[in-house]
Amino acid sequence: MLSRVANSIYWLSRYIERAENVARFIDANYHMTLDIPDSASDQWQPLINTTGDHELFQKLYGQANRENAIEFLVFDRKNPNSIFSCVRSARENARSVREYISSEMWEQINTFYLMINDAAREVSMDLPHQFFVNIMNASHAFIGITDSTMDHGEGWHFGRMGRMLERADKTSRILDVKYFILLPSVDYIGSSYDNILWGALLRSASAFEMYRKRHGRIDPKKIVEFLLLDKNFPRAVHYCMITATISMNNITGSPRGHFANGAEQSMGRLLSEFNFASMDEIFTHGLHEYLDQTQTRINAVGAAIQRSFFSPQKSETETSAQLNI
Amino acid sequence: MRFDQYDTEGFFDEIFDPQGNPRPGADLLIKRINALPEAELQRRQKAAERALLNLGITFNVYSNESQTEKIFPFDIVPRIVQTKEWLVIEQGLKQRISALNSFIDDVYNEQKILKDGIVPTDLVLSADGFRKPCIGLKPPEGIWCHITGTDLVRDGSGEFYVLEDNLRCPSGVSYVLENRLIMKRTFPMVFDACSVQPVTDYPSRLLDMLQSLAPAGVRAPMVVVWTPGIYNSAYFEHSFLAQQMGVALVEGGDLSVQGGEVMMRTTKGLERVDVIYRRIDDDYMDPKAFRADSLLGVPGLMQAYCSGKVALANAPGTGVADDKAVYAYVPDIIRYYLKEDPIINNVPTYACWRDDERKYVLENLEKLVVKAVNESGGYGMLVGPHSTVEERTEFARRIKANPRTYIAQPTLALSRVPVLVDDHFEGRHVDLRPYILFGKDNIYVLPGGLTRVALKKGSLVVNSSQGGGSKDTWVLSSDSGSSPESPIQSQEEQQC
Repeated sequence: MLSRVANSIYWLSRYIERAENVARFIDANYHMTLDIPDSASDQWQPLINTTGDHELFQKLYGQANRENAIEFLVFDRKNPNSIFSCVRSARENARSVREYISSEMWEQINTFYLMINDAAREVSMDLPHQFFVNIMNASHAFIGITDSTMDHGEGWHFGRMGRMLERADKTSRILDVKYFILLPSVDYIGSSYDNILWGALLRSASAFEMYRKRHGRIDPKKIVEFLLLDKNFPRAVHYCMITATISMNNITGSPRGHFANGAEQSMGRLLSEFNFASMDEIFTHGLHEYLDQTQTRINAVGAAIQRSFFSPQKSETETSAQLNI
Repeated sequence: MRFDQYDTEGFFDEIFDPQGNPRPGADLLIKRINALPEAELQRRQKAAERALLNLGITFNVYSNESQTEKIFPFDIVPRIVQTKEWLVIEQGLKQRISALNSFIDDVYNEQKILKDGIVPTDLVLSADGFRKPCIGLKPPEGIWCHITGTDLVRDGSGEFYVLEDNLRCPSGVSYVLENRLIMKRTFPMVFDACSVQPVTDYPSRLLDMLQSLAPAGVRAPMVVVWTPGIYNSAYFEHSFLAQQMGVALVEGGDLSVQGGEVMMRTTKGLERVDVIYRRIDDDYMDPKAFRADSLLGVPGLMQAYCSGKVALANAPGTGVADDKAVYAYVPDIIRYYLKEDPIINNVPTYACWRDDERKYVLENLEKLVVKAVNESGGYGMLVGPHSTVEERTEFARRIKANPRTYIAQPTLALSRVPVLVDDHFEGRHVDLRPYILFGKDNIYVLPGGLTRVALKKGSLVVNSSQGGGSKDTWVLSSDSGSSPESPIQSQEEQQC
């Protein structure tokens, strides 16, 4: 398939997944702030920090509050990672490969965009929860439509690989929220509020129910293990890496454990890191540092994909400009 | 919603005869529409517009920073073409295209028609669409204009005329297909009432034709559609056709010429391209052969084409035959190559480079439509009866300064079709653009075509850039049964 087409499918899947995850961040945070005491309820700045766009936010808005955080993360055209910008970019990419993807996929992305665009024109946000649920549903519908209307060949694998890398990155960021959260005093750590925070964190990854079934009580260590190292939960980082690698192998035709290019090599390395990781090591290393490192390595895999498949003749600078994470 | 109040106002109406009775074949449609509950038709019109928006069949309107998208206006009342009329159109178009193709081939090779003095040599060689690099070119099977979209109009007497031959990259066929889809979705029972010839197999026919152009010895030809990119106004159509044919849509940056062959850059390296349906002007195809400043083009493409390594549809240089000055000679061109009289006539045309005709034009500007020969899309045009004194003075000055670049035609009372305006019907002027595929073995005319409608009251300009919209075009079958050409499609349509 054309490199340009592969590139567009990969990115449109990433952008849709990114939009969904931003919706998850906000929705979970919004609900959490309703549950914890006033003094600790100002959790919008940590949310901005989680997305990694805090510098841009600082420049545009200064101090974070509910209104400007939602505006920035949902509608702001100046924020390339706002939900609006992501869906618009996904649609622009889809438009350029309309002939390759199924018309059902295009129609879903297009109506998704029209929905956000209509919402952007309305002034009040009375029912944010419903709005974020709609966004998550639109993303899930897109994934389902893609799976059932597009042939599972090279292009489909490029899309799934993009989605998995994006999701791995975002789940690791969700876990990192805990690190950024501002508590008024250390007394809160280990208190019932702490449980509320962990619960919110699981919910933002749609992991609350699945976690309960697997591990029962809220235990920070188990939660981290579930979101990071679980092989079956579809939003766990390890699961995402396994699935991304399967797609990669399908694209290159390499057998498992082999590599045909730099992208496949760096992805395989990252996967085996997860295959042989243990929670004790991760906590000894420091969770935040470990997550930070993981995000850097996922970005490096993304850059290698760019080099190996999409723009072999283009310079590195162009590649990194597109990554904007 | 009823047609009781509808007035044809003395124009030729495609649906009603002068007495206000439905024309043959239209009676069922009218009966169905009249029977609809109040406001139902408007509701369906809105549903159709929503469907077009969701399908993304839109164009961009930029204002300041915000960007809005608009659908191409679509009117829900179809235009009906009678079987008898269609047979004449079909024959006439086949005749015209084969004569024009012979003309193009002749102009770039032996130039017999110029030597015989049928068409003035300097007029042809100075035409905007004449391409020097095409001299001596022998495209496969001698076919130059593979895809054509001829503009037809109808005057007050109901006679069809050819208004324009679009031989370069005619657009609009995607709207024919999408309009039909929308009509089937939003109006199934009315559709069911009439026996309409299917248009859905156009993409398969187009693909068959393109594959047949592949260089000799190529077993499974790689066909691509070449678009200038997503910001081109016809981008929707380019991607639609590629999708419907199941072929790749490429941009200039995806292609390169290596070892004399055209290659495209894929995730697995370079792959050879055999046939290019190009939707990009001659000028921008190859900076080595045409405009050197083209950033969209593929250097070396023309050479690969001339040496038979890749096929292009349409061939470069076809624009010479749809020059508006050459247009004036098409009836002579048909007689010269085919020894037949034209089946569909030209609109009577005054050539401003002939002294006596120019004199007539200058004396009768307020009655005529004046057109610049190298402009299209409704630009560079004077519609005499709707013009001001200043505009006429300006055009008189331009004609005298540059007679070669102007033609004039009488203002035709274009035929009309009812359109839905708020809560009632009003007549609006229309034209018709059928699409013709010129293949190795036959010439195929798509039964239907794009009916463009001037939505502004009284306007004669149907171009989408000037407030035009479109309608589904129903060519009725000769009998109520299925079309013998493609039983599968017609069955599908009956189900919808």
